[in-house]
Amino acid sequence: MAEKILMKGNEALAEGAVRAGCRFFAGYPITPQNEVPEYMSWRMSQVGGAFVQSESEVSAINMIYGAAATGVRCMTSSSSPGMSLKQEGMSYCAGADLPLLVANVMRGGPGLGNIAGAQGDYWQATRGGGHGDYRTFVMAPNGVNEMANFPHKCYEVAYKYRLPSMILADGIIGQMMEPVEFTAPETDPKKLPEPSWALGINTGREKRIVKSYDLREGCLEKMVLERIKRYRQIEQNEVIYEEKMMEDAEIAIVAYGTSARVSVAGMKLARENGLKAGLLRPITLWPFPRARIAELSKRVKKFLVVEMSMGQMVEDVQLSLNGRAEVHLLAKPGAGVPTADELYKTLENIVKKGAKEYAAAK
Amino acid sequence: MQPLNKRPESLVDMPMHYCPGCGHGIIHRLVAEAMDELNIRTRTIGVAPVGCAVFADSYFNCDMIQGPHGRGPAEATGIKRAKPDTIVFSYQGDGDLASIGMAEIVHAAIRSENITVIFVNNAIYGMTGGQMAPTTLIGQKATTCVEGRTAKQAGYPIKMCELLATVEGARYLERTSVHTAPGVLKTKAAIKKAFQNQIDCKGFSMVEVLSMCPTNWGTRLDNPSEATTYVNDSMMKVFPLGVYKQEA
Repeated sequence: MAEKILMKGNEALAEGAVRAGCRFFAGYPITPQNEVPEYMSWRMSQVGGAFVQSESEVSAINMIYGAAATGVRCMTSSSSPGMSLKQEGMSYCAGADLPLLVANVMRGGPGLGNIAGAQGDYWQATRGGGHGDYRTFVMAPNGVNEMANFPHKCYEVAYKYRLPSMILADGIIGQMMEPVEFTAPETDPKKLPEPSWALGINTGREKRIVKSYDLREGCLEKMVLERIKRYRQIEQNEVIYEEKMMEDAEIAIVAYGTSARVSVAGMKLARENGLKAGLLRPITLWPFPRARIAELSKRVKKFLVVEMSMGQMVEDVQLSLNGRAEVHLLAKPGAGVPTADELYKTLENIVKKGAKEYAAAK
Repeated sequence: MQPLNKRPESLVDMPMHYCPGCGHGIIHRLVAEAMDELNIRTRTIGVAPVGCAVFADSYFNCDMIQGPHGRGPAEATGIKRAKPDTIVFSYQGDGDLASIGMAEIVHAAIRSENITVIFVNNAIYGMTGGQMAPTTLIGQKATTCVEGRTAKQAGYPIKMCELLATVEGARYLERTSVHTAPGVLKTKAAIKKAFQNQIDCKGFSMVEVLSMCPTNWGTRLDNPSEATTYVNDSMMKVFPLGVYKQEA
């Protein structure tokens, strides 16, 4: 058994990335993710890696673009407004098929918004975020322990399929302290094989080019289609979710991250009052557990999406269900957090009082 | 028999897309010759810009990366920090380096990143078709200042060597030109020095090369001397050649 340590979410995330082999970090200060670059600034030198506090988020992601091209495991982190700035670089990294880890510790938006936890960047994270046809592998931790252990999976998927990976947390998970066990396998970067595409010392081989463009007729189309094939494999092989009390549930709550934590409390309250609620928690937001939600709809006819944004993930649930079950929404914008009581009352309204569906209520 | 001259090994044998009278081909060759002579080709990684030199990733015979407009110094930083054994150069034009990439170049110099920057200044946006650049001279015509640049409307041309000379981390800054044979030789020596500095871990080095763009300047393509005269009589007055910083 691994030792249990009390850690802050952001620090656990940073340490988890180091243990997963991260040896280059570039980032820029922004609340509520500051502990990540702070931790990396001294930790990188301990493990023989490199740290740069960049002049901007734009620059940070481009340092990552360069470092990732050498095959070195690297990471940048930010929070919502900073993530918007990184989108140009994210698009280039996706277009050049580079594996890397980026963490977004979300805060209230749009604009400068506020510095409390929110989930308003769901669309940005799961739809690519920058320009062009691309996806990012997105994992959503629900606490400090998952912050510590998800970087390993993110690098594994990023390197296997060659795409950027993201940890989508929020200010609450980033700032809270919880006992942590580092259970993910530790990676020694020196023992990793050199990728066939990595830039570096080119003695005795052909030169390599890392780029996202091809101006020749039809070539970019082929390049994108080849990438989409890998995306289809990810959708087949890499979906992760968790279910609680779904066996006999008459209504399914769908929530991730902090919303899922609140949902567990709301679900328990409902059960105590004789209302059979269950929880499906998507752990990968892309790929989204569409097939599982569709399968559940054979038995469960009511779904309630709980999110700290105004109807973003609900669209993925609607797409998964394609009209086969009712979809309801409990939404909180601007860094508002739903309460267990609120959730219970919403469930009661739906199950006992026949509240209107989200689509009909709009 | 010894050949007097040959194609540098660091340059791929393929046709370049550059226009007649353009300086990029000359500057590419000088960079390649410097890499050959310093015997660093097999450990060099080049960063190609957005702009006319975007296809430099094909032309240089070393590992190459092409990235977003103006971000070359950030990419070069990531590469050099991740792989300190490599030699890293960023090749950029004036729109790329002095406009959209101003923050990246200044901060790479501030950190004194141990990289080499080749800055090609032809006072115009080439690839996009002749728009006003941050380096466009007062009175010079461009497609976004058809009557010529005015200070009132668009401010003044930026002088990058002079600007970066105020930055403590900048170790070597020189402005040269490739409009004459002696200028080409001086440019070669400067580029070689900028690479040698990196080999010697001296920190940030940049060579600014004044270059011709007959296509977008509207000078005659069948008379290349019109463009070289423009460099000599107009550009060099605003952008004086010389060493702006050189640390022992």
